[in-house]
Amino acid sequence: MTRHVVAEVAGFPDKGIRRVEVAGRELCLIRLGDEFFALMDVCPHGGAKLSGGRLSGMVESDGPGDYRPCRNSEMLKCPWHGWEYDVRTGQSWSDPKSTRTRAYAVEAVSGGDLVKGPYVADTVPVEVDGDYVVVEFPDKAARRVEAAEKA
Amino acid sequence: MPSRTQLRIDADFHLPQAAIGDLLPFLNEHWRSQVADRELPSMPFRLTSYPANSPLTRNPSYEGLDVSAALDKFDTGIAVASMLHGVVALHNPDMRSALLSAVNDYVAKTWLDAEPRLRGSILVSGEDPAASVAEIERLAGDKRFVQVLMLAMQEIHHGNRHYWPIYEACERHGLTMAIHAGGLYRIPPSVSGWPSFQFEDYVMQSMVFENILTALIGEGVFQKFPDLKVVFLESGFAWLPTTIWRNDKTWRGVRQEVPWLDRKPSEIMAGRVFMSLQPSDPPGPDELRQIIKHIGGTDMLLYSTDYPHRQFDGGNALPEGLPEDAIPGILAGNALKAYPRLADDPMASRAAETLEETA
Repeated sequence: MTRHVVAEVAGFPDKGIRRVEVAGRELCLIRLGDEFFALMDVCPHGGAKLSGGRLSGMVESDGPGDYRPCRNSEMLKCPWHGWEYDVRTGQSWSDPKSTRTRAYAVEAVSGGDLVKGPYVADTVPVEVDGDYVVVEFPDKAARRVEAAEKA
Repeated sequence: MPSRTQLRIDADFHLPQAAIGDLLPFLNEHWRSQVADRELPSMPFRLTSYPANSPLTRNPSYEGLDVSAALDKFDTGIAVASMLHGVVALHNPDMRSALLSAVNDYVAKTWLDAEPRLRGSILVSGEDPAASVAEIERLAGDKRFVQVLMLAMQEIHHGNRHYWPIYEACERHGLTMAIHAGGLYRIPPSVSGWPSFQFEDYVMQSMVFENILTALIGEGVFQKFPDLKVVFLESGFAWLPTTIWRNDKTWRGVRQEVPWLDRKPSEIMAGRVFMSLQPSDPPGPDELRQIIKHIGGTDMLLYSTDYPHRQFDGGNALPEGLPEDAIPGILAGNALKAYPRLADDPMASRAAETLEETA
């Protein structure tokens, strides 16, 4: 793993979304208050750049006409088909089981009664180091070694 | 083929339409005199989806058979019967209610009393939910009525909250909500305006049901009324794969707008919506098999003859291509799930026993 500086905290607006390049890979970087999140900038459903999407919340309901907004801005909506990804986990909440291609661990989060989909956008750990936003991400050489070891 | 001991429940069986004169004994003095003064007996009050001379109107298999003989011929154990009557299209809400009550009473006295294999439909107007609820309350004690019946084309689509008192009454009394093809003839069958020819009108009927299904799902009827069962009559079903898929696909991207849809629409409608088998609209057995594969089985399909209309040739209302092991469900098992009142019906219990024996 290599630590990469991807942004300056000062210049990054709250609820901002930015596309950044790290070691030849593109990330979608999101700021919510003092927290930063990063997803690989590709929608696992259709391949769109998630950084072109917008943040939204979740809505819970007890029935027609009942709306209870929650988790404000914690969902990233893909610009192509509106699929929603949880910025904290990358979990899609949009597609049910039928097209499941991989199994994912399900964890309890607010809104746990809703259906989670099988798609998960890859998340990348982010931290704030003083004035900079830093991601831990393997560089190109490390990825080549990793791929060779897998093969 | 299934054995002849398998009990058959026919979900779409039409009683001959009563003439206005036949309804007089079921009207009070005021409405009897209104009917006479306004010469209503000279009006046919026919819903004209089946014009008298159209080849669709009369199945030659039924030639010369009355209702009971038709039930005999098709070995029908129970027929969920309807009398679609043009009085439902009247504008005067009081006259309409009086005549609809007369139709329902006429059905009970003339048909349900006489033929034990018939079960009835409470015909109501979607235009006046308060009057429709009152009519449901008036007749709900007669367990021979197993469904409430509305037409497919009304002023407001069926998902709308306007109708919810009717759905609430259906759910409370274990009555299925049936929606039959046809309309009031003052609303175009197409959402884009009036067609010019009967040909267009007839084809467009199935598209109306696509709209209705999407509306029932989207507006949350199945969430609001968790025990309500809905039956589409003469809707066809070959259109289901694309409609279900488009509902599921679109829902994924717009969940926040309709947050009561907590699952895929296809999962929400499972076990809640049923459709009559006739008219069977796939072109042939191969296409029928494909459609069944697309919609995930035959649990939605209810055996029907559409007596006396001509939807099939010969004496077998089961189209070719149905999986053999699905036939007991189509003939009776699915209907027992679609009609809560049939579950308590002694004749239907026989059907359930027969099903268990064959399983």
